[in-house]
Amino acid sequence: MPSKTYKLLFLLLLLALVLCLAINISLGSVTIPLKDTISSIFGGNIANKSWEYIIWNYRIPKAFTAILVGGGLSISGLLMQTLFRNPLAGPFVLGISSGASLGAALLIMGSAIFSGLFSFSFINDIGLVVAASLGSSLVLLLVITVASKVKDTMALLIIGLMFGSITGAIVSVLSYFSSAEKLQRYMYWSFGSVGDLTWKQVGILFTIISIGIVLSIKSTKALNSFLLGENYAQSLGIAIKKNRYIIIIATGLIAGSITAFAGPIAFVGLAVPHLTRLLFNTTDHKILIPAVFIYGAILLLVCDIVAQIPNSTGILPINAITSIIGAPIVIWLLVKKQKMVF
Amino acid sequence: MAIGKKTKNGILIKNSIDSKQKHIALKVDTLSIGYQHKKQKTFIAKDINFSLAKGELAAIVGVNGIGKSTLLRTLGNVQAKLSGKILINNRELTSFNPLELATKISVVLTEPIASKNLTVLEIIALGRQPYTNWIGKLTATDKDKINQAMQMIGIANLKTKKCYELSDGQLQKVMIARALAQDTAIILLDEPTSHLDLYHKIHILKLLRSIAHDTHKSILYTTHEINAAIQLCDKMLVLEQNKSTFNTPCNLIKENIFKHLFPSDTITFDSQTGLFKVNK
Repeated sequence: MPSKTYKLLFLLLLLALVLCLAINISLGSVTIPLKDTISSIFGGNIANKSWEYIIWNYRIPKAFTAILVGGGLSISGLLMQTLFRNPLAGPFVLGISSGASLGAALLIMGSAIFSGLFSFSFINDIGLVVAASLGSSLVLLLVITVASKVKDTMALLIIGLMFGSITGAIVSVLSYFSSAEKLQRYMYWSFGSVGDLTWKQVGILFTIISIGIVLSIKSTKALNSFLLGENYAQSLGIAIKKNRYIIIIATGLIAGSITAFAGPIAFVGLAVPHLTRLLFNTTDHKILIPAVFIYGAILLLVCDIVAQIPNSTGILPINAITSIIGAPIVIWLLVKKQKMVF
Repeated sequence: MAIGKKTKNGILIKNSIDSKQKHIALKVDTLSIGYQHKKQKTFIAKDINFSLAKGELAAIVGVNGIGKSTLLRTLGNVQAKLSGKILINNRELTSFNPLELATKISVVLTEPIASKNLTVLEIIALGRQPYTNWIGKLTATDKDKINQAMQMIGIANLKTKKCYELSDGQLQKVMIARALAQDTAIILLDEPTSHLDLYHKIHILKLLRSIAHDTHKSILYTTHEINAAIQLCDKMLVLEQNKSTFNTPCNLIKENIFKHLFPSDTITFDSQTGLFKVNK
């Protein structure tokens, strides 16, 4: 495809992103007139001070989080699909999500078991983020250790899934023994949420995801050659092991930090790379990495808009919306387009 | 050449040895191939010796399971050798870093490529990867080489086709074009013509022969098409149980190497015509 077409597509995607961002910010449980929303964003004065507070300290950070989460998950999905040469791979195949869940579950529900050792009376959100990050890094570390022992990437995929099963089992045991109140708290975390992040937390998330994206962009050539298979990639001058580590670390940073801050969000990482390939009709990661990020950001902004609409005072769990939108997309890709090739 | 000025003859001999050594692209010395699992080595073939000169087309032949592919994959650094030496321009294969080696050796393997979504152009363009910048931008030279490779193999009309739309034979040609685009001094191909019809088989082999002769590349391929190899190759490596012979097809015929390659009650070798014949 000529580069002119790519430029046009990128322009359209960016326009769609700006549009979704504007709609996302102007909607919420409190009705704020569009005029005031816009003037507030561009630094103008608006009549109601609490409106300004809502826009600047709740809606804009939430929209930014949605962009980072959607874009980030999609990039890690792309990396995993290419690395594992499997169209069904997503950011969570390495057990990153289950690791984070385990961390969160241990903190929320395991406090009764460990109460003799630690005092968990202050289970705040920061603690949750730390626990989830620790959990996902720990599982990722285990996977990387195993990765150095196996040469076959498919084996690594299965090992990731097995780690997921083990951590899932531990979470089940914990939930069986925990109180209804704590179980509910854990459930809320697992619903996922792009709200509730302070500017500072958005900053941390942005920094970690940026590092992951820089690593991905630096791996562009390796990713492209992995499409031929690892043996061919090596014959093209790619240091396989090193690049495999870099790609795993990039995924871990992106998906791990997102899961820690926003909970396990399903389907975005799996579906968006396929949708993007359909739109751009290319396998070149030079194009795909930025395209997938923007597409994913748009999709999550849309999901977040949908989550707010039905009941103007409450918000539906984002994880439910992404699944409801994402799963049919995957089925449609498989059945109608037969485009689950990567 | 400061030494050895005593006799005219002496100098001549020394010169000819020197120039011969210069032209050796690939030298294999007491090589053992196979698989290693922890400390357990499984040998497939031992004591392989040969030297492939610049501009030579050579075939590796032998019965199934004798180690043709394993040898080719070992030479291409796809799998590790068990012992012995593999020298590329007089330098040990394992001492090259991956990128250096990618500009010296290109490979065509029998394994299917991972992504069926790649277009023909994208696959061949990947052959230029060792030469492109950090993000893989193709220069005018790269594009020239890609087009040249496609023209040579005759697949320019397939350019925009996706891999899943191609036949096995077409895909095989694409992979050969990719190796040509990589523009290396040594090209290793594992059964490159197994999916091609007789005409295209011979067409590709003749093409490889002329590429080797005209551009001084050394091309080594494994094959079961011994008759074609005898007629087209400069050299052949015949792998047998506990033995390997490397020579020109003519000399191999003279040495009666082909006579015992297959059980003689089914196939016999006719040294007059240089062809294998079926015993009815």
